[in-house]
Amino acid sequence: MKFTKDHEWVSLDGDIATVGISKHAADALGDVVFVEVPEVGKTVSKGDSFAVVESVKAASDVYAPVSGEVIEANDALSTAPETVNSGAETDGWFARIKVSDAAQLDDLMDQAAYDAFLATL
Amino acid sequence: MTDQTLKTTPLNAAHRALGARMVGFGGYDMPVQYEGVLAEHRWTREHAGLFDVSHMGQCKITGADAVAQFERFVPGDYEILKAGKQKYSLLLNADGGIIDDLMAGRPDHDGLFVVVNAGNKDEDFAFWNANLEGDARLTVLDRALIAIQGPEAAEVMKAHEPVLAEMGFMDCARLMLFGADCYVSRSGYTGEDGYEISVPADQAERIWNTILEDARVKPIGLGARDSLRLEAGLPLHGHDIDPTTSPVEGALTFALSKSRKERADFAGADRILKELSDGPARVRVGLIVKEGAPAREGAEIADADGNVIGKVTSGGPSPTLGKNIAMGFVPPAFAALGTALKVIVRGKTAAAEVVAMPFVAQRYYRKPKTV
Repeated sequence: MKFTKDHEWVSLDGDIATVGISKHAADALGDVVFVEVPEVGKTVSKGDSFAVVESVKAASDVYAPVSGEVIEANDALSTAPETVNSGAETDGWFARIKVSDAAQLDDLMDQAAYDAFLATL
Repeated sequence: MTDQTLKTTPLNAAHRALGARMVGFGGYDMPVQYEGVLAEHRWTREHAGLFDVSHMGQCKITGADAVAQFERFVPGDYEILKAGKQKYSLLLNADGGIIDDLMAGRPDHDGLFVVVNAGNKDEDFAFWNANLEGDARLTVLDRALIAIQGPEAAEVMKAHEPVLAEMGFMDCARLMLFGADCYVSRSGYTGEDGYEISVPADQAERIWNTILEDARVKPIGLGARDSLRLEAGLPLHGHDIDPTTSPVEGALTFALSKSRKERADFAGADRILKELSDGPARVRVGLIVKEGAPAREGAEIADADGNVIGKVTSGGPSPTLGKNIAMGFVPPAFAALGTALKVIVRGKTAAAEVVAMPFVAQRYYRKPKTV
């Protein structure tokens, strides 16, 4: 699992990347009450806002950690957005993206680097 | 670490000791949540929530001319307000726009005790200093303000001081409480029964911790305070009402006293009386958003055909109702209950409907009438 400085995570299986927000981000947001996942078939570019997560207080953009085509969205979040709080880095995934180039993940942080990054915040 | 640019309330250390998540709010370092907004919201609706609202402004306006001078800028009738009562009102500019909304009462026989919003207090105090005439004098009070809100608030406070249970909604008093000189009113801004207690700053932490010893009480952050007041249909100054909004537009005509309307002797009376007779250009309404994301401040409101007719001024999920609710302004032709409207959130249009406020029934304690 790799992480961005914007607190998204990405887990690569072949050329399919599953993406979500980190446990740290979910904890910081507090109670998640709404998630807007991307539409299947949409092409996203790394760094684009591709989903929105809302807590009671505010809406926050989620940025695509990789470029590619959205091939699956976690529609279960529409009826159970709290899954993002209970399983941010497991069942609370947002979308699966067919990545155009796996080398995109090279500049993302691994768990140890992300933990070190969090310690600086 | 405390942000050096933010002011702190006398309860700052207490919040940190409780593990609160702190944010900058109205220039103050304030707790946004302790255990979580939803849990705190529900706790307040079911038990009793304790809030630090010390960032709000507290003052007294005293002198023989105090009430008459205060009335020049508010549309409420304070001359006839009895000792021991308080009233919600609006500080108006010459155009009838709302500079601030406030609570003013007579807890003792020494003029008016006034509580104003944190973000406006410097402006309000400067306004009164510049405009009060005769011997009316403003004294800014450097005190803490603690609110306890919820259906168990009265029972909790009764255990500390039985006389508090005798108070009705909007009663106020100056009394010794927890061994300190306090101003208490039975009021708040959550729609629940409860009290606001002004305490000396150096006693605040002791009193806060004493109230929290009761298992029915939990500390509540500003996050839940906002969702509670939204459910109660109460406007937030700077968001739902501002210096361009009149009391008629803001659906706050209850704050216009009959006698004052007849005398037309308050700031902005021309505009306000004209709007009362001819109707305002826009009016604050409550909306249920029937699908999709919450419509928050700034989201556009459209009619059934998709023509943009107004904007949301505050909105979010209602933990009590399990629906997304919002307040916003629309032309009066679209303000009737049941009117089908739309809201536009991030480019997506969702169905909405005009509904009555409060969204969640208020539970203020009104004393039974005695003969």
